[in-house]
Amino acid sequence: MSEGVVRLGGVTDFPPDPVIVAGLRSGDEEVFALLLDEWSRGMLRLARSYVSTAASAEEVVQDTWLAVIRAVGTFEGRSSLRTWVYRILVNTARRRGERESRTIPVSSVGGERPDGVPPGEGGPEGAALAGEVRELIDKAVGTLPSRQRAVITLRDMEGYGADEVCEILSISPANQRVLLHRARSAVRDHLAAYYDGKGGP
Amino acid sequence: MNCDEFAELVTAYLDDALDDSSRPLFLDHMAQCAGCTGYYGQFTSAISALGALPAPGLSPQTRSHLLTAFREASSEKPE
Repeated sequence: MSEGVVRLGGVTDFPPDPVIVAGLRSGDEEVFALLLDEWSRGMLRLARSYVSTAASAEEVVQDTWLAVIRAVGTFEGRSSLRTWVYRILVNTARRRGERESRTIPVSSVGGERPDGVPPGEGGPEGAALAGEVRELIDKAVGTLPSRQRAVITLRDMEGYGADEVCEILSISPANQRVLLHRARSAVRDHLAAYYDGKGGP
Repeated sequence: MNCDEFAELVTAYLDDALDDSSRPLFLDHMAQCAGCTGYYGQFTSAISALGALPAPGLSPQTRSHLLTAFREASSEKPE
């Protein structure tokens, strides 16, 4: 795919859906690799809202992409491709999460450390955010109920708009806002408690 | 508007979803209440911090497995 993808200072001008869908259907590996690299990070984060470990989230993302490969021929364009892929992800992750909650003893859930990134892999923004605060926020997000976690992941960590989040998660705008607000309030509370202990930010 | 009501509306305000009657009350309260101005600042800082969290990607093994799966699926399909 030499046309349609323009890289300017590391920012990809993402090709429009019809170009991507045509590329996927014709077996253009470069198009598939572009999607994999653009979307998988966000998908891993969202999957983690529903399943108990990072490894499990990776399997969810893998299963989602395999389903996308199989089903891209049936994509009708009634939503954006990204929404379509994310909806497959949410369904896959929810099913797996339900299965886990039946098979994993409660005591072993939540014992995992927050999904950390090894030092040096966070990029410039990661480096700018103090490690301690980062860990605190990771922990705060990790304690949220899955519906709140899914919304705050998409809205604040991934920067998606409210409409797309409603569509991906099949929730109403009012419900989306309530879940987002509860999640943000909880994260704010964690941060405030931390800064109070330190005498301010 | 009291402080509890203010705190409940911050996300709606940020999404520009307050109705015409609540919006001025929200802004008036913030202008007059140092505590809520502070709360608002912490709230928006939390949102910025969430946006700055690094996101780990797929493992190289999974990525290469998926690329292989895509290649195989494409070669099976009739053109």
